[in-house]
Order: sequence, then C-alpha cells, then structure tokens
Amino acid sequence: MVEKLATINVPRIREDFPILKRRVNGKPLIYFDNAATSQKPIQVIETLDKYYREYNANIHRGIHKLAEEATIAHEEAREKIAKFINANRTEEIVFVRNATEAINLVAYAWGRANIKQGDKIVLTIMEHHSNIVPWQQLANEKGAKLEFIKIDEEGHLRQDEIHELIDERTKIVCITHASNVLGTINSIKEITRAAHRFGALVLVDAAQSVPHMRVDARDLDCDFMAFSGHKMMGPTGIGVLYGKSKHFENMPPFLCGGEMIKEVHTTGASWKDLPYKFEAGTPNIAGAIGLGVAVDYLRNVSMETVHDHEKQITGYALTRMTEIDGLVVYGPKEVTKRVGVISFNLGDIHAHDLASIMDEEGIAIRSGHHCAQPLMEFLNVPAMSRASFYIYNTNEEVDVFINALEKARKLFNP
Amino acid sequence: MSSDIYKDIILDYYRNPRNFGDLANADVRAKDSNPLCGDIIEMQLKINDGKIDDVRFKGKGCAISQASASMLTEVIKGKSLDDVKAMGKSNVLELMGIDPGPTRIKCALLGLKVVKLAVYGYLGQAITEEVKQLV
Ligand SMILES: Cc1ncc(COP(=O)(O)O)c(C=O)c1O
Repeated sequence: MVEKLATINVPRIREDFPILKRRVNGKPLIYFDNAATSQKPIQVIETLDKYYREYNANIHRGIHKLAEEATIAHEEAREKIAKFINANRTEEIVFVRNATEAINLVAYAWGRANIKQGDKIVLTIMEHHSNIVPWQQLANEKGAKLEFIKIDEEGHLRQDEIHELIDERTKIVCITHASNVLGTINSIKEITRAAHRFGALVLVDAAQSVPHMRVDARDLDCDFMAFSGHKMMGPTGIGVLYGKSKHFENMPPFLCGGEMIKEVHTTGASWKDLPYKFEAGTPNIAGAIGLGVAVDYLRNVSMETVHDHEKQITGYALTRMTEIDGLVVYGPKEVTKRVGVISFNLGDIHAHDLASIMDEEGIAIRSGHHCAQPLMEFLNVPAMSRASFYIYNTNEEVDVFINALEKARKLFNP
Repeated sequence: MSSDIYKDIILDYYRNPRNFGDLANADVRAKDSNPLCGDIIEMQLKINDGKIDDVRFKGKGCAISQASASMLTEVIKGKSLDDVKAMGKSNVLELMGIDPGPTRIKCALLGLKVVKLAVYGYLGQAITEEVKQLV
C-alpha cells in the first residue's frame, strides 16, 4: 500500500498529498496550520472513496457480504490504532468524533460516577479549552475544585506545583501531552507517578502528540488518552479515546441507544462488552477505516522519522526567526523539548493582520487565542500567530515564510 | 511592495488614528468587541439637532478594525442620525477602498456597528437585526 521509506524523502511524501499542489492567491500553498488539522494523503482519500463505492454497509448487524467486509475493516482499524499507541488490548480503543468528545466521555461517564464534593481535579494552565470546560462543568455540578499547574518562563510545567497540587484529594489529573500553543512536550510519566501515588487517575490530551511522535500508552501508564484523527492525516469526524479496560469496565455508558446494548426490555437494558458499550448508534465507519490507513501511512514513514523531521524544521525556523527584528517566540528554547508548533508575535502587529499578510503570500498560519484563553491570560498576551509543521513541510517553505514576515515587518514599521 | 488590503492609507490611519481619544461632554457612548479577533471599539458622540456634531473613538485590535473606525469618524461628522442609520457595509468598504474578504469583513464593520449602537441608544430605539448582524 505505502512504500517503506528508509530515510525521509520529503519530495516523495509531498507527492502523496494532492492539496499541496494548490495555489493560493497565485502563490504555491504553504500549509503551516497543521496543529489545527493536517492534510490527507491520497491513500486515505482513496480509502474513503473505495469504502463508499464498494462495501458501504452498516456494521455489527448485517449477515450479508458487505456488512461483513465493512465490519472487518472497521475492527481492523481499531487493531491498528491499538498497536500504534501500544494499548494492552484492542477493546481499550473507543471510537468517538474527536479529542473533545473523548474528553467529554470521560468527564460524563467516569466523572459523574466518581467525583464528589470537595474532590480535586488538577489541570494545567496550558490546556486547550476542550480539556478545561468539561471539567469546569463537572466541578460546578459536583462542588469539586479545579486547580491549574502553572508554567515557568520557558513554558515548562513548574515542578514545585506538580508536587504541591497533586495530593490525596486529587481524583484525576488532566494534562496535555504537547501544547498546541507553546509546543512544550510534558513529561507524562512524571505526572502519572505523582498521581498514582495518591490513587488519582491521569487523562492525557494527546491531540498534538500522537500525530507527531511515538506515543506509548502503556509506557506512559496513563488511564485515559484522547486524540483526533483529523490532525494525524485521517478524516474529520473520527477520534479515539483510549482507556485502561479496568476503568472502562466500571464506567457507566455515556451515550445510549442502538449498537451499544446487549439486550433491551421494557423494564431495562444491559450493555455490550467493551469497547462497544461506549459506541452508541451507527459510527463513522468510513472515518475509522480511513484513520486506520492514516496510521499505516505514519507507521510506514515511522514516528521517529516524523519527529526527527519536525525537530529539524522547527530548529531551522526558530533560528531564522531570530533574524527578524521585534519577533518574540513563546515556549521552550530547545527543540528537543517541543513539537513542531511555533507561536509568536511580531512587534505590535496584530496576529490577524499578520495572518492576512501571510495569506496573501499563500501561507496558511493560525492567529488568535488558539482555544487556550487561560494560557493567553496567564502570559498576558491577547493573541498570537502560530506556524505548525508536519512531515511534508520543507526548509524552503520556511524561507518563504521568513521573507513574508520580513515583508510584514517593513509594511507596518517602514 | 504591495499588500492588497494593507494599502498605505489603511496603515496610515492605523498608525495615526484621526479622532482618537475621549470627547468631553459626549451625549452618548457605545462599545463593542469582535470575539474572533478580540478587537474593541468605543465611540463617543456629541449630538446636536439630530446631527453628529463631534465624535471620538478609542480601541484596540487589528489594523483593519482600527483604521476603518477612524475613517468612519471623519465621514459621520456633520451627518444626520438618519443618514448614519442608513449606512451599511458598502459605505465602509468604499471608504476603505479595499475588500478585506470574508474572514476579515467583521473587523472592518466593527466601527460602523458601534456608531449605530450609539445612535440607536441615543434615540432610545431597539437595536435592529441589521445592526446585530454587522459583526
Ligand atoms: C491540545 C489540543 N487538545 C484538544 C484539541 C481538540 O481537538 P478536536 O477539535 O479535534 O476535538 C486540540 C485541537 O485543536 C488541541 O490542539
């Protein structure tokens, strides 16, 4: 299906992404908004097409041929994902729509059953809104308390706060593996050790890590992990919740209805086994199969290669960005401690003006609060611009980006 | 060097905003923001005999929002409240001489929205759907 690549061959990889041939405002597209969503290789696009052309059917119930093929493909995708993140068992992989839904599933199903008045939920100040708001709702409902681990000047979690805030009242620690703003890679093992000492669980928001580096759920020893298919070359509308089966077994269902029940009587119902207990209704079948193929693609390139390439390009971009007068970069200085996400401000140019100027050059970057308003408040910065890379980006694209930044600087500060 | 929406005139109004600041003895004051960009505009109007006698604005945000608000203050001075109520998107775009495109149009229209909020507020009239939908 995909050719095995010994070392990275970016021109060859770019061939797999039809969208990269597009021109925007007359210029070749430079797509630096990968933290928002990634582009899709032809292998994934063709998988969706083939599914709808050749074996579209509802899964788990039909006795006919198409239903059998669709069911097998859907369950194979689950196995691929389980292997990809080194889950203990396939049933620890629950398909959801996206990372946000995965986190909500835990906050509702586990949270409503386990959080009591006076309990503590520990988050970090660098969380995405998706890993804050579900916990705020839960805490408000139950009279529990939220606490936020803060960061130092370089954007690393403060060690003293990790050990101060996680205590015997803590029931769950919800933490991003890699920040979508600062790029910081957090040391999850340290967090799981600290939390488990007090019997607290750990939910990892892996939306920005699983697409870009090797993530081993068993090694991290986290209790839950959430990520989105669309940020890792897969289709939109498919995401994953990983959970240790001992937790999943004890949790009530989240959504109820068809597909997730064993038996229904007028007097009540019983649930299917894992993971189906958490998958109510007809799922995103094509999406799951497409995500499986995205995982094949990433494994063929190898996650080490993906991460190395992104470290290289991030290092190059960080060095070149220091050439620009008045440019401020947020987050860790060392590339080994971050993913390929660079948030910055250029003088007093508003982030939206900068994004518009980049757009005129065919460069897609992000600007605004990046769904992390508590972090922006903590840093006292109203908005930032963000460039984020993936396996198909090149140093030549970074050069074009640097020239465009220089142009913007001159335009605003002649 | 040319940048389509960042023409010299826009950047000039952004760097040197006209009618910026507070208006002593203003009759009405209105403020609004654009949640997407975090742009904020406040308008202060002095109204006499159904006409805008004087105006000042304050704000923070992107060049498009600040420049358009400043340009707007110049044209509404001396206009009747009815004329201001009749102004729309096309007037602002004409004033700026650019088309900021669908993603930035709200930045350009924030100033007009706030002026209208002030006028409707002064007249004690309910805000119309048209005004609400500007930004
Ligand atoms: C760190 C992080 N968490 C969660 C999310 C939410 O992802 P989704 O919108 O796919 O649910 C994102 C994506 O923006 C993210 O960057």
